[in-house]
Amino acid sequence: MRNIILPTIAIFAALFSPPANAAEKTLTIYTYESFVADWGPGPEVAAAFEKTCACKIEWVGLADGVELVTRLKLEGESTKADIVLGLDTNLIAEAKATGLFAPHRLSPEGLTVPGGFSDDTFLPYDYSHFAVVYDSQTLKDPPKSMKELVEGDPAEKIVIEDPRTSTPGLGLLLWMKAIYGDEAGAAWSRLKDRVLTVTPGWSEAYGLFTRGEAPMVLSYTTSPAYHVIAEGTGRYKAAAFAEGHYIQIEVAGMTRTARDTDLARAFLTFMTGPDFQSIIPETNWMMPAAATHEPLPAAFEALVKPEKTFLMAPEDVAANRKAWIDEWLAAMSAK
Amino acid sequence: MFSRAERKGLRLAGGLTLGFVLCFAGVAAAVLLGHAESGDGGPLLDPYLVRVARFTLWQAALSTLLSVALAIPVARALARQRRFFGRVWLLRLAVVPLGLPALVAALGIVEIWGRQGIVNDLLHLAGLDNPVSVYGLAGILIAHVFFNLPLAARLMLAALDRIAPEHWLTAANLGMRGPALFRLVEWPAIRRVAPGIAGLVFMLCATSFTIVLTLGGGPAATTIEVAIYQALRFDFDPPRAVLLAALQILMTAALLGLIALIGRPDEEGATAGRPIRRFDGRHRRLSDGAILFLFAAFTGAPLIATLTAGLSADLGRLALDPLLHRALATSLAIAFASASLCLLLALPVVMTPRLADRGGTDATTRFLARALPATGSLILLVPPIIIATGWFLILRHFGDTTRHAPAIVAIINALMALPFVVRVLEPAFRTHLARTGRLALSLGVTGANRLLRIDLPALRKPLAMAFAFAMALSLGDLGAIAIFGADGFVTLPWLLFSRMASYRTADAAGIALLLGFLCLLLTLPSASAEPETKGRGNA
Repeated sequence: MRNIILPTIAIFAALFSPPANAAEKTLTIYTYESFVADWGPGPEVAAAFEKTCACKIEWVGLADGVELVTRLKLEGESTKADIVLGLDTNLIAEAKATGLFAPHRLSPEGLTVPGGFSDDTFLPYDYSHFAVVYDSQTLKDPPKSMKELVEGDPAEKIVIEDPRTSTPGLGLLLWMKAIYGDEAGAAWSRLKDRVLTVTPGWSEAYGLFTRGEAPMVLSYTTSPAYHVIAEGTGRYKAAAFAEGHYIQIEVAGMTRTARDTDLARAFLTFMTGPDFQSIIPETNWMMPAAATHEPLPAAFEALVKPEKTFLMAPEDVAANRKAWIDEWLAAMSAK
Repeated sequence: MFSRAERKGLRLAGGLTLGFVLCFAGVAAAVLLGHAESGDGGPLLDPYLVRVARFTLWQAALSTLLSVALAIPVARALARQRRFFGRVWLLRLAVVPLGLPALVAALGIVEIWGRQGIVNDLLHLAGLDNPVSVYGLAGILIAHVFFNLPLAARLMLAALDRIAPEHWLTAANLGMRGPALFRLVEWPAIRRVAPGIAGLVFMLCATSFTIVLTLGGGPAATTIEVAIYQALRFDFDPPRAVLLAALQILMTAALLGLIALIGRPDEEGATAGRPIRRFDGRHRRLSDGAILFLFAAFTGAPLIATLTAGLSADLGRLALDPLLHRALATSLAIAFASASLCLLLALPVVMTPRLADRGGTDATTRFLARALPATGSLILLVPPIIIATGWFLILRHFGDTTRHAPAIVAIINALMALPFVVRVLEPAFRTHLARTGRLALSLGVTGANRLLRIDLPALRKPLAMAFAFAMALSLGDLGAIAIFGADGFVTLPWLLFSRMASYRTADAAGIALLLGFLCLLLTLPSASAEPETKGRGNA
């Protein structure tokens, strides 16, 4: 037995070893994991900001935006976060309800987010519209409107995400609600036959789509840019819908407990400036929320630019989410 | 069969283990129950939940029935045909699905059974135009059988291999064939392990999340596990999540109690420890070959699809990625620590209940004999996300939570692997004790001597298999890390999901290949401990 116990203790001891010492001023930013990944914006953003501030950025990467709010609720006032970056507009009401955020008191100019989002606590750093992304090799006649998607040929399938467990799923739910209002339930009942399956998250849906299981998936207008720039293929395209598209705006805010409020505010200012914004398109694969140094790459210029943008007030979403999900469940679970 | 000192030691070890497992899960649940925030979640048992609970049980029952029933012919064929090319690899297959994240396995299954999958291609060639859709109950069942049939077959094969070799000799001398052999020799051995296997498979299927949603075709296919996740993450109602978990445990415990009534422990036969020889293998070569071919095709095809997808990744670049090295090291360290802890916990769970085998024991022993196996099984029903969140709330009072993350993840993984490990060790230990217990006691070989010189060497093969299972489970686990997730603590599944979440599907496939390969490596020790290959008996 002893030959198992000793290595076990050694491994636990090694796992418990203390973290590296922090130098000078640090700014702790909670964000989602893919933001801080090697290929994400995190490393470049940190390098650019650290040049201006004689400080060090410490990233804490969590699974996704929902996990960020959960983490804050769990930690309460003892949170180490100075900045929380990566919530979307649907999470704003919940995040504010924690009472942990402080107003930013900034008035950045030149924000280019469609729909004119503005909030006293959260500032946008990028956005994208939800869109049906399709495989142009297998789908020759993509839907040109939500109506065509809902009423189209049930043999041409779409993979969607679950609004109970994912943000894109909730996005589609709100999109349908914005277009159909009280008729949303009936629209879901019609769309149901076209839905191949409802996955727990975006990764599962997109995985099925790129494997060719369905010619359509609910994703973002910016998705095709990745395939063009990183993979050199124009095969996957976003369908422009006549009614307009629901927008997902990613925002950041500073906490009430931030150790150095000037530093936190400096980061938020930096975030809406061109140094930060220029990094976003090709690392986070989203549209920048303000001006960049160079014009956007051609692949971004070629993306679908919705003429009409839907965005519901965060309070309305928070108040109605449960009822709308129930409506969705009833329509989608019926035989 | 135990000396007085051993009885005392086992009771103590059993008590400590029970205390540890219950406290670790209980404290987390208690903390969450106290963390009521909004409390507007409405009544627990609304019509939605009733429907979800009904579906959870229905799909789990069907999946279990299929997995266990199909495992019987596979295990019999494997037990009969003891020498053929690839047998060892077929046995190793059982471990690989355990180490693959559910999403990876689901995509592998889609490659075979999906709309663009091989099965539909074949049907198309055969002239059928409408593709068969896997999305719905069929897809869930296929995926669950894919995960659990190899596991069930492997555990049953171990039971068949424990039949005293003399029985086969006698049966051959008596001219016993097919049905009689099954009824009199094989079935009693299978019946003894079947309830345990069925219980394990049932719990795995009842708590299925990604598979059920991804392949289920729509929200009509929802398990309680989904509701728990929703309560804890999207609605942030921790007490509701705990109550849902409690409901899940109660429901399943009641069903497992029913299943346990079917099984009945049998008398163990004595053996001189000769190698197993099967005299009935030759006549059945063709039919066994067909069964095993179907089994290999069914479980192997999605794995091969997964692995070949991995080969198309830029493996050279991946192999040089320092982040991957760190994730690999972290994953292996956590898997090793958690598998070791799991075995330490499993030994008392397996051994202590044997104290109560022949009545006349005190109340404490009888309590431990009942509580330990029950806890060792049902722990699988406590969602890791609940334990992890509870411990996060506790540990944040003790400085940086990231520092504690590896230990918590390792312990949670150990607890989740416990039911598997117990299923592997329990029947083996029972047989071993029946064969050596009295002799060891009469020779005065007791305590540590007995454990080190008699028990552990004889149980080498099941121990190696249990260790491989536990490590594979931990390697493929993502669950507990999410809440702690922070820079610097990266495991392979975490890396896989983060690549996948940022369009890097090829990289993700490459990491899946690595995970599958690691799981195969894990099975090497347990295969080399095969008694037949060394020409030795197992006593």
